[in-house]
Amino acid sequence: MSRVLKTPLVEEDVRSLHVGDVVFLSGVVVTARDAAHRRMIEHIQSGKPIPVNLRGGVIYHCGPIIRRLDDGRMEVISAGPTTSSRMDIFEPFIISRLGARMIIGKGGMGGSTIDAMKRYGAVYAAFPGGAGVLAASKIKRVVGVEWMELGMPEALWILEVESFGPLVIAIDSSGKSLYARGSR
Amino acid sequence: MDEETLERIIIKAIKRAASTVPPDVKFALSQALRRETNDIARMQLEAVIENIRLAEEKKLPVCQDTGILYFYVRLPQLADAELIRKTILNATIKATYEIPLRPNAVDSVTGENSGNNVGVNVPWIEFEPSGGDCVEITVFLKGGGADNVSALESLPAGEGLGGIKRSVIKAVMKAGGGPCPPVVLGVGVGGGAYIAMKLAKRALMRPISERNSDPRIAQLENEILEDVNRTGIGPMGLGGETTAIGVNVEVAHRHPASYPLVVLFNCYAVRRVKVKVFPDGKCQFE
Repeated sequence: MSRVLKTPLVEEDVRSLHVGDVVFLSGVVVTARDAAHRRMIEHIQSGKPIPVNLRGGVIYHCGPIIRRLDDGRMEVISAGPTTSSRMDIFEPFIISRLGARMIIGKGGMGGSTIDAMKRYGAVYAAFPGGAGVLAASKIKRVVGVEWMELGMPEALWILEVESFGPLVIAIDSSGKSLYARGSR
Repeated sequence: MDEETLERIIIKAIKRAASTVPPDVKFALSQALRRETNDIARMQLEAVIENIRLAEEKKLPVCQDTGILYFYVRLPQLADAELIRKTILNATIKATYEIPLRPNAVDSVTGENSGNNVGVNVPWIEFEPSGGDCVEITVFLKGGGADNVSALESLPAGEGLGGIKRSVIKAVMKAGGGPCPPVVLGVGVGGGAYIAMKLAKRALMRPISERNSDPRIAQLENEILEDVNRTGIGPMGLGGETTAIGVNVEVAHRHPASYPLVVLFNCYAVRRVKVKVFPDGKCQFE
């Protein structure tokens, strides 16, 4: 089954997704890796606001290559997923406190993240690893960037995407995982 | 050969390494797609092949993780190693902005990104003396996801080749979808831990269409490849019959007490380019 989803995502739609489904996503995704996850949690714990709204949102585990053009616009050069398991130590908190409904990445995630997905209604979607130019071709524009001081790979890039995919639902909100076949 | 000419050649080599995949790897991917029967696995392979086509057409980095840069330089007697080292660093900085590459050199203490891919001991540059009169430079870009699952093991010396096969499979199972399978494995066996690591890296430099010249090792390569593809991990860890597209093994004689094994993973996006630079400034890409 292949379908198109639009952000923000609602719980009912997310709960209707099952492992093996293929979806294409239109709307807004926010990139975040290790350093950005850590800082988001530090901000929440100390009561500081974070600069993006992730309620019903999509987190993309990605450290893109972005080129600043002379006129100030930003061009996405290559933007495939990074290995998601590194974010396992942060993601349950992000899902439960910030309300993200979809995590896009590669390689899968572990037990505590899967538990949070079951409990709060979120899914893990795999984008083909290393397919950086293919991913960039589905990103319409850079809406904004926050925490640039973390460096280009680690900043929060807010990206508008159109038919972003193919995304394979690899962990669904009932806790089923395609990765169980391999090592996980 | 002047510095500026050499710098342009190195930038060109970095660009070619970042935005193309070697023909042996492309061939292996297309063969894998022909064999693969799992729908999701086929979708991953099709996306990967389409991505390489797009990257080569647009001359843009295949993967956003343009890695840590490695340079292996074969140096004729009269060449100036220090000048070449300096030129490689300058070319790396310029290539980072021109291509562009992702800035990937992060201070190990402060976490600060240098912004230009140059930092303490990176890019990594190795020199090796050579005969002849041309400087031969191999550029190798190594992404983080595949590097993070590298394995070093000291096997009980009595286990023999069977132990090696079991340990490689164990490393592959543990890595799962992390290193962006289908992977290429560089396996180093023997010597000591350091030697095995060097050998594993050297193994990754060899085209996957070439087998080890020792028929016993060539057979080991074939057997490991078959075993790895029976794990069911599949492209991107989503299940399937294609977990690796190549296994290259390099060996050294070992200490009687030691049986070191190193498994280095490369994602399918093997990014290596070799260029020969002649004294008159002409160059030849392999």
